[in-house]
Amino acid sequence: MNSPAQPGGPPMLKISGLTKRFGGVAAMSDVTLDFAAGTLSAVIGPNGAGKSTFFNLISGAIRPDAGQVVFKGEDITGLNRAAIVRRGIGRAFQVASFFPSMTVEENLMAGIAAHRSQWSDLNHRFPRQGVRARALEVAEMLGLQDKAAVLSANLSHGDQKLLDIALALALEPSLLLLDEPTAGMGPEERWQMIEKVQRLWQQQNLTLIFIEHDMDIVFGISSSIRVLCYGRVLAEGTPDEIRANPAVIEAYLGTPVEEDAA
Amino acid sequence: MRRAPIMRDIVIAVILVAVLAAIPYLTPSKAFQDFVIRCSSMALFAMSLNLLVGYTGLSSFGHGLFFGLGTYTFELLMQNTGLSLPVAALATLLFTCVTAIVVGAICIRLRLIYFAFVTLAMQMLAHSIIISWVSLTGGDQGLQGGIPRRFLFGLSLENQYNLYVFSGAVLAVGLLLMRHIVSTSFGTSLRMIRDNEARAAFLGISIWRVKLTVFVLSALFAAVGGMIMSLFVSGAYPELINWPISGDAIFAIVMGGVGSFLGPTVGTMILLLLNDLVTRQTEYYGLALGIIILVFALGLRRGLLDFITERLGGRPAGGIS
Repeated sequence: MNSPAQPGGPPMLKISGLTKRFGGVAAMSDVTLDFAAGTLSAVIGPNGAGKSTFFNLISGAIRPDAGQVVFKGEDITGLNRAAIVRRGIGRAFQVASFFPSMTVEENLMAGIAAHRSQWSDLNHRFPRQGVRARALEVAEMLGLQDKAAVLSANLSHGDQKLLDIALALALEPSLLLLDEPTAGMGPEERWQMIEKVQRLWQQQNLTLIFIEHDMDIVFGISSSIRVLCYGRVLAEGTPDEIRANPAVIEAYLGTPVEEDAA
Repeated sequence: MRRAPIMRDIVIAVILVAVLAAIPYLTPSKAFQDFVIRCSSMALFAMSLNLLVGYTGLSSFGHGLFFGLGTYTFELLMQNTGLSLPVAALATLLFTCVTAIVVGAICIRLRLIYFAFVTLAMQMLAHSIIISWVSLTGGDQGLQGGIPRRFLFGLSLENQYNLYVFSGAVLAVGLLLMRHIVSTSFGTSLRMIRDNEARAAFLGISIWRVKLTVFVLSALFAAVGGMIMSLFVSGAYPELINWPISGDAIFAIVMGGVGSFLGPTVGTMILLLLNDLVTRQTEYYGLALGIIILVFALGLRRGLLDFITERLGGRPAGGIS
């Protein structure tokens, strides 16, 4: 395997031979990838390349037909969603996913209570001690503190995406999966979002993998890039290596990236 | 400060039960006492169903199974064994618990309409067993012949006044317990599952454990309602386990409001009042009830208590703190 040079140390996430079929269609075939601890990696590829399936397989939303997912040295293949979350993999969604009948603060308190294994607690009133304070801390990480009392259903689209990420952070994950954090945003809003994501990554000592369609963002902030195409790994490497990769240019980027971006 | 709300609720409950106990000294209306007893039974039942429908988003159409199971199990134990009333009541709850675990384990993995129909099928199955097993249940005649040893701590529940105060007190305790359940972290988990089950799972919540727990808890409260009904009618009858009884509870929830804690209690009062008033005037009870339900569903677009709460600027639909 010619893995790209990775600065962060031992692999946080090791994926080997991952395969998933839906009916006759192979959504993921024999994908083998390593993600080093502390890196910020992008997963790109054309529509239907299997990017979301890839996240679903890692996070336990669907079970692979073959292959292995090893997280921090532990085989987590085939575990359910809740079990994988408890091991430290947090996830935000392409369509912001939260609890619309609750305020921002209540959303985060609910997530924190779940993380502290209080979700089955029938003895104490909600929220238990320390949960509210921690919720405000998490809200502050994403600049949501002023909207703590706002009903989440009434938030702007961008703030709902932030809340989704904040919910994932409430779990104090070591690996964070972001599925198109800038989906549906205008150019200016996108960069505000990406700056927040980048700051989080630095401050919270996270390993972060994100799916993104905006190539300016992908090539601008990633330490490494994986390109998926028809459920296979087409290429992996640093932004410079991907930019120069003939297979990627032909299958996905079409024209050299510099021109595309200009 | 955090313990204040529950203390306040307990004080309110004690005062209400005391007022209830005093009313017959002012007015000797037997009809009022009957109303309170029936209302306690049905309100517990409707409130228990709302733990599933309103708080967890699980629309059970067969919750009457556990109401009916409460009446029959209690009545059978009282008639056929020498158990005292409190012991028979506890044994009824134990049997309901076991049944609810089995039924729940089958149903809760199903989604939406499938959950609704399988719960309904379970109730129809139970009803047909009751009808066919004549030697045990009396078939379509039900269990007649009254309830022996109707004593609780020396008080006779055959005495209507005693049963009236007892029912009101059981309802109060039931409401306090349910109020507590929905205000715990577990109660928050219910709302999370209702709002967004996938998100709840991705926060580490074991969905099936939460659903099965609330299913069993709600079955227990429904069985308590069933036992009160059994004491009121001095028996157990197939209508009390047939599927329209589940419909009554759903009507009560819809009319009172899914989003307000006490909505189903208010809805039960409306339902029983309608029942008493309309059946006195006309035999077209179903027609009248249908029209009124339409007024709530299409006119207010929510239950009465939800409507009032929103008018007062509150936030029903499961607001937390």
